[in-house]
Amino acid sequence: MNWGLFWDLTVSGVTLGSVYALIALGYSMVYGILKLLNFAHGDVYMIGAFVGYFALQGLGGALHPSAAAWIVVTLMFIAGMLGGGMLGVVIERFAYRPLRNAPRIAPLISALGVSFFLQNSALLLFGASFRDYGTFDLIGAKTYHFGNVYLSVPQVLTIVSSLALMVVLTVLVARTRIGKAMRATSFDREAASMMGIDVDRVIASTFFIGSALAGAAGVMFGLVFGQIYHFMGFLAGLKGFTAAVIGGIGSIPGAMLGGLLVGLAESYATGYLPQGSTFQNLYVFALLILIILIRPSGILGKADVKKV
Amino acid sequence: MADEPGASPMDAPDQPRIGVDEWVASVEGKREGYEGLTGRLQRMWDTLPVGGRLLVFAVPAAIFPLVTTEGNVFRYGLITLIYALLALGLNVVVGFAGLLDLGYIAFFGFGAYMYGILASGHSGHHWPAEFAIPVVILAGAALGLLLGLPSRRLLGDYLAIVTLFFGQAFVVFVNNANRINFPFVGHVDLTGGANGLDNIDPLDLFGWKVTSTREYYFFTLGAFVLVMMLLYFVNESRTGRAWRALREDPLAAEVMSMPVNRLKLLAFVFGAATAAFAGTIYGAVQTGAFPGDFDVGLLITIYAIVILGGAGSLAGIVVGAIVVNGVPELLRDPNQAEWVFYVAVAVVLFARLRPWPRLAGVVAGTIGLGFALHAIADAAWPRLTDGKSGGEGALAHAVESWVLLPSRPTQIANFAFVILIGALLALTLLKDVWRTVALVPTVYLAVFVWENLLIQQTAGATRFILLGALLVVLMNARPQGLFGTARVEIV
Repeated sequence: MNWGLFWDLTVSGVTLGSVYALIALGYSMVYGILKLLNFAHGDVYMIGAFVGYFALQGLGGALHPSAAAWIVVTLMFIAGMLGGGMLGVVIERFAYRPLRNAPRIAPLISALGVSFFLQNSALLLFGASFRDYGTFDLIGAKTYHFGNVYLSVPQVLTIVSSLALMVVLTVLVARTRIGKAMRATSFDREAASMMGIDVDRVIASTFFIGSALAGAAGVMFGLVFGQIYHFMGFLAGLKGFTAAVIGGIGSIPGAMLGGLLVGLAESYATGYLPQGSTFQNLYVFALLILIILIRPSGILGKADVKKV
Repeated sequence: MADEPGASPMDAPDQPRIGVDEWVASVEGKREGYEGLTGRLQRMWDTLPVGGRLLVFAVPAAIFPLVTTEGNVFRYGLITLIYALLALGLNVVVGFAGLLDLGYIAFFGFGAYMYGILASGHSGHHWPAEFAIPVVILAGAALGLLLGLPSRRLLGDYLAIVTLFFGQAFVVFVNNANRINFPFVGHVDLTGGANGLDNIDPLDLFGWKVTSTREYYFFTLGAFVLVMMLLYFVNESRTGRAWRALREDPLAAEVMSMPVNRLKLLAFVFGAATAAFAGTIYGAVQTGAFPGDFDVGLLITIYAIVILGGAGSLAGIVVGAIVVNGVPELLRDPNQAEWVFYVAVAVVLFARLRPWPRLAGVVAGTIGLGFALHAIADAAWPRLTDGKSGGEGALAHAVESWVLLPSRPTQIANFAFVILIGALLALTLLKDVWRTVALVPTVYLAVFVWENLLIQQTAGATRFILLGALLVVLMNARPQGLFGTARVEIV
């Protein structure tokens, strides 16, 4: 067995998986609280990547940054997360909140409309061409290696920062007041509002957090893979949701696990399966079908108990 | 849950009416009588028998190609009919049975490719259409069954994601299927890959070779009427009633001993077969099948048709198809787009603003604001008025002396676009007088963005932006669609 190839695939799979996991977290949180499949989530990720790009340009561009590289990267992350988060809140306020008591299909269609709107607005504003983050110019092409395992700086950055974000999120949901309110709202919205929880505010903050994570994922993708474009949100969103479903939708550790699995599956498929680089998405799809058939509520999800 | 105490259901027309029987709700409205011209039309429509309703649509549709050019028949007629046929199939899945199938376009593509494999210069087979069409329809139905099998255990949203992925997988597959090495057979170029499957035969039906656009139009019209009648009868049958029960409440339907799984599969099969049939016609019309034709854009277009018309309503589909295909087609030509835009703005203002002094104030204010800004800019920064309108003709010339047209508009128009979206959203939060006052600069800003940015992209991004916005607005204003019936919740 070629261990060098194996470790390369593993590293790129884990990197990709961290990005998917961050997207999946947003999907999963929103689904847990609203039972809404937020199709526009992938496009929030795309907008986050563009906000990070323009933040970089605003700071002088990759070739001549106006501050040290780590400050620029931090500012890019902050910009991407704020941009994504605010976009998420606006979408919730105007496209989903009026439909909270409508039949289930109405907000879904509304979400499709928002997704289409954002994609084509990005096409209109930013053009159809790819934008280059220029990571090499900004950070350099340095790599770390442990034995056979080679890691580039953006990869380390992605894995470490997504881990940090997940820890922060877990603490936030488990330990803080707003986290408690979120859990209560997702458990039973009506009862939560009767207990004096401002449900609208809780939902808005859920959207903010989830969309900020997607924005961070967008910036990470830009740093690792270099190129961003207006249509990148569609497939990434699809895979993020797949990850959420595989892990068990509504479950936060499930979303992380699912993201990692999807990233690794995609990466190994590219390396090992026949014609993997062309059909990697089909293999991920097959994995989704397989897991849904075996465990319809995902790996870490709880089976839905319906009371009548 | 979020209702304030004391808000009666009558105050909120978009909310389900609680405690009212479905029959009462449907008759109540009729007895009150409709008012005005639209009311009279509505009453005539209600009393029309089903065959009559069909004629109201079919007769103008049959006359249409006789009075216009070949190009118009294709753009406005044939494509609308194919979309409507597609929407009929989707309506079975989404409208009748309430299953959210986001891989629907794959069946359409499958029909086109399958027909292309059975009858084209590319594959070397040349089946006559009377054999090929049934085979394609059956194969499409079988594929629908296949996708339905793993999906029948899934709840609504999981189904959506699996089918969406399936649609995506289909595009990836046809894009690359020219390079697959099959076991035993070896290398077969099935779909032509990214270049598409070309040289598809025209339909050859019992010796009648369908070649011209008009012939295709009449063939598709016939097919559409046939499928529509078939689906109408299916919907009125036992199965149709069971579908509606499934849509309203799957759990209750199951408790009533309805075979839920079989009903779901049946809806999938009907939808897939209809889409495959539409795909056959599309492939033959285009004499080719290309992977790019079957992506998410088309899916959203067809959903827009079904939802706009009102899921479950057959008449709604026809109207939806005409609006959703017709309006973007009108937008394709910048000159027409110019007119469409101003007429649309005027219609919205006239329909929504009451009483009329307020309307007059907004119109006068917008026009005045435009001339004032133009005069100021002309005096102070002439570069802001140097540009040209994207359109041509009398309207564009009139506009050039009213709207600010910077000589290099790209950057400023991009910012204006973002501000416009913010302004439109903020407008929905304002009340009464403030809304009217804020409307004046917003309308002017909209015109500015239109003239400087949107009109250049009318063939591409602009149409889709408008389509996406239309879906969101429509869902917020009227979740049941134009022709749909409002939901009644019985407590």
